[in-house]
Amino acid sequence: MPCESWKAKLDTYLDGELPSEEMRTFDAHVHSCSSCAADALARVQMKRGIQAAGKRFTPTAEFRRRVQGTIAVKPRYSFPRTWMFAAALSILAVASLLSIYLGAQRSRTAQAYSEIADLHVAALASSSRVDVVSSDRHTVKPWFQGKIPFTFDLPELQNSEFSLVGGRMTYFGQTPGAHLIYAVRKHEISVFIFQEGALRGKWDVSSAVKKELSFNVATWSQGGLRYFVIGDASPADINNLAKLFKATSS
Amino acid sequence: MGPQSDSFEALAMPLFDQLYNFAHWLTRNREEAEDLVQETYTKALKGFSSFQLGTNFRAWMYRILRNTFLTSRTGLKVTMTVPLDPEEDGPELAIESDTPETILFERANRELLQAAIDELPVYFREILLLCEVEEMSYQEIAETLSIPIGTVMSRLSRARKTLRERLQPQKGSAAIAKGTNRAL
Repeated sequence: MPCESWKAKLDTYLDGELPSEEMRTFDAHVHSCSSCAADALARVQMKRGIQAAGKRFTPTAEFRRRVQGTIAVKPRYSFPRTWMFAAALSILAVASLLSIYLGAQRSRTAQAYSEIADLHVAALASSSRVDVVSSDRHTVKPWFQGKIPFTFDLPELQNSEFSLVGGRMTYFGQTPGAHLIYAVRKHEISVFIFQEGALRGKWDVSSAVKKELSFNVATWSQGGLRYFVIGDASPADINNLAKLFKATSS
Repeated sequence: MGPQSDSFEALAMPLFDQLYNFAHWLTRNREEAEDLVQETYTKALKGFSSFQLGTNFRAWMYRILRNTFLTSRTGLKVTMTVPLDPEEDGPELAIESDTPETILFERANRELLQAAIDELPVYFREILLLCEVEEMSYQEIAETLSIPIGTVMSRLSRARKTLRERLQPQKGSAAIAKGTNRAL
């Protein structure tokens, strides 16, 4: 085949568009024909030149953003998603309110313990610690009759280390209550009794003895009354006296 | 079922630069090129549901751009003398040793080549750019321009021939430059 026939197909060959069999034949010819090889080289250079020259224009970043903005998929929130969002907000709001409420409760509770401790210390520091001086529970209990809007039972102290010193009226948050003082060895322990609900605070359900302001204190609710046992005696003493009261009132 | 519209962005945005380049070559004007590309993307997004996934997305985008250009004022003004494409051109003449290609290579005159491409009729310009710049196959070009492959081959051949002819007058001055280079 004369070179002119080859050259008529040279561009198609260089574009890689000849059938594979013809490509191989063309390869062989170009390797053996200096004229066609030179022509092929020149045309490859032209192709490269056009390729480089053709990449001429670049869009601005602003234009790219504009077009992208028009074709970008806008986020569409489905109803479940909206509801989920609303639910999450509600949960957050409830959690916040709960946190504030519990914080206020904790604060009130701490304040209540502090006031109970104050009442205990104030009574012990007083020259007249008790208004009714008696170790007999049958004397002390009736003394409160008419003075407080509830009644209570006092434990039998026989065979125990505790002794009743006496009792006095007390007030906590404008609520009247009973204040009993017991002695155990050289310690004096106060027992406060109030109507449940009159005292605002979050009290420990377990009634375990805890340390508040260096005093050991136990509190529980029984028969609509709130009991506090507080003193500088050991936790075991506080607990034992609490147990005696619980046993009596049940 | 048509493709998702979020996949349109993923498919179309990588073609943005090259579509813009092609649009600018067609319109010869930045503002018109921007309008053309913007309209192309808008039309393509609108018609994306009818696009068959697995077919040639690039050719589809270029076809939309080109059709949009052809119906634009500038497009109607400059293009609508569609060339009569003979199925076969006569055999090309052998290239002389100092060919336009070698001159270009030696002078590395990109501006000269750009000017020559720019002067080509749009139907030569576009096919040359699709083949050389976009490196489309004949099949892709055929899809883009909606013409048979035989026409792609003949039109491409004539586009190259015309470009070479337009570069030919530069030969004399280039030869001087070449001689100067050799002297150096």
